[in-house]
Amino acid sequence: MKRTVLDLWVGFFVAIGIVALLFLALKVGNLSSSHLSDTYVLQAKFDNIGGLKVRGPVKSAGVLVGRISDIRFDPETYDAVVTMEIGGRYQFPKDTFASIYTAGLLGEQYIGFDVGGDEKMLKAGDTIKKTQSAVVLEKLISQFLFSKAADGQDKK
Amino acid sequence: MPDLLMPFRRLGHAVVERIWRLGFAARFFFAILRYSGASFLRLHLTLREVFFSGVLSLLIIMVSGLFVGLVLGLQGYETLQRYGSTEALGVLVALSLTRELGPVVAGLLFASRAGSSVTAEIGLMKATEQLKAMDMMAVNPIARVVAPRFWGGVISMPLLAALFSAMGILGGWLIGVVFIGVDDGAFWSQMQSGVDWRYDVVNGVIKSFVFGIAVSLIAVFEGYDSVPTAEGVSRAITRTVVTSALTILALDFVLTSFMFRGA
Repeated sequence: MKRTVLDLWVGFFVAIGIVALLFLALKVGNLSSSHLSDTYVLQAKFDNIGGLKVRGPVKSAGVLVGRISDIRFDPETYDAVVTMEIGGRYQFPKDTFASIYTAGLLGEQYIGFDVGGDEKMLKAGDTIKKTQSAVVLEKLISQFLFSKAADGQDKK
Repeated sequence: MPDLLMPFRRLGHAVVERIWRLGFAARFFFAILRYSGASFLRLHLTLREVFFSGVLSLLIIMVSGLFVGLVLGLQGYETLQRYGSTEALGVLVALSLTRELGPVVAGLLFASRAGSSVTAEIGLMKATEQLKAMDMMAVNPIARVVAPRFWGGVISMPLLAALFSAMGILGGWLIGVVFIGVDDGAFWSQMQSGVDWRYDVVNGVIKSFVFGIAVSLIAVFEGYDSVPTAEGVSRAITRTVVTSALTILALDFVLTSFMFRGA
C-alpha cells in the first residue's frame, strides 16, 4: 500500500478516535457543564451522617456547588468529619448552615448549605460550625410513637 | 521411589517453566522499551502497524460496540421499567460502557482480531528465518519488527475502546430514545450528571491503555517465542488469544478494585 494512502487512513482513524474521546468527555461525562476546576476544602462535623457517601453532591439552593471528598470518624469527639471540595467561584458566609438532606423519598443523600448573613466568608480549610445531622427514620417514628403515647396518658 | 515422586517432579517442572517464561517475557518487554527509539524516529514503521491493527479493526469494533449498546438499551429498559425509572437508561448504558464493557470487550476483540495476526506474522517471520536474516545483516529484529508492532497496538487500543464506548452509547440512545421513546433530554442530562469525567471516563481510558500494553506484549512475545514450525505458529496464535483474554479479565478485576473502591 502506498505511503500517502496509509497515512490518510491512520490519520482518519486517530481523528475519529479522538472525536470519540471528546464525545465521551463532553457529551457523556460532565467535563463541560459542572466541572469544578479549582476547588477549596471545607470541613463539617455531624453527629450522624446517615447514608452520606464519598463523591456525593454538596448543594446550595439546589445547585451543585461541590462534592464530598472524604468521610472520617473522629475517635475523640465521636463525630463524623466530612470533607468537601467546593468550587472556587462559590463563597459562603461564616455562619452557613450545613444540613444533610435526602433527594426524594428513597434518593441519595446530600449536604445542603443554607446561607447565613455573616459578612465574613469561609476560607479554605475552615470547619462549618453549624450542622444538622441526617434524619434517621427509625428515630423519627419512635419519637412520634412516644409523643402519641404521652398524649394518650395526659388525656386520661 | 521414582514413580511416587514423578507427579511432583512434573508439577515442579511446569511451575518452573511458567516462571521462566514470565521472566523471559519481562526481559523481552524491557528489550522492546530499550529498542523502541527507532519505531518513533522512523514513524512510518509504527504508522503501518497502527493501520494494520487499528484501522482494519475499526469495522468489527464499531459494529460490535453498536450492537452491545443496542442490547444494553433493550435489557436496561426492560429492567428499569419495573422500577419506573427509565430515564436512568442513559446512566446505565454510559457507565457500564465507559467503565467496563468498552475497555474489556474492545480488548478481547482487539486480541483476537489484531493480536493474533501480529503473532502469526512474527511467528512466520521466525519460521522462515527472516528474523535471523535481519540479525545477520546487523538489523536488530526487535527494533525493526517487534517494537513497531508493539507500539502500534498500544496506540490503537485506547482509541478503539473509546470508539467502542461511543458507538455503544449511540446504540443505547438509538434503542432508548428513537425506538422506545425515553425522553431525549432526560436521557442525556441524567447521563451527564451520573458520569464523572475524571472518575469514570479517564479510568476507562487508563484501563484500555493497560489492556493495550498487555495484549500487544503478549502478541509480540508469543510470536517471537513460537516454535518455528507450522504447528508451533498455530499454537502460538492460540496461546495469544487465550492468554490475552485471561490477562484482560484478570487485569480488569485488579484495576477495578483499585479504581472503583466503594464510594
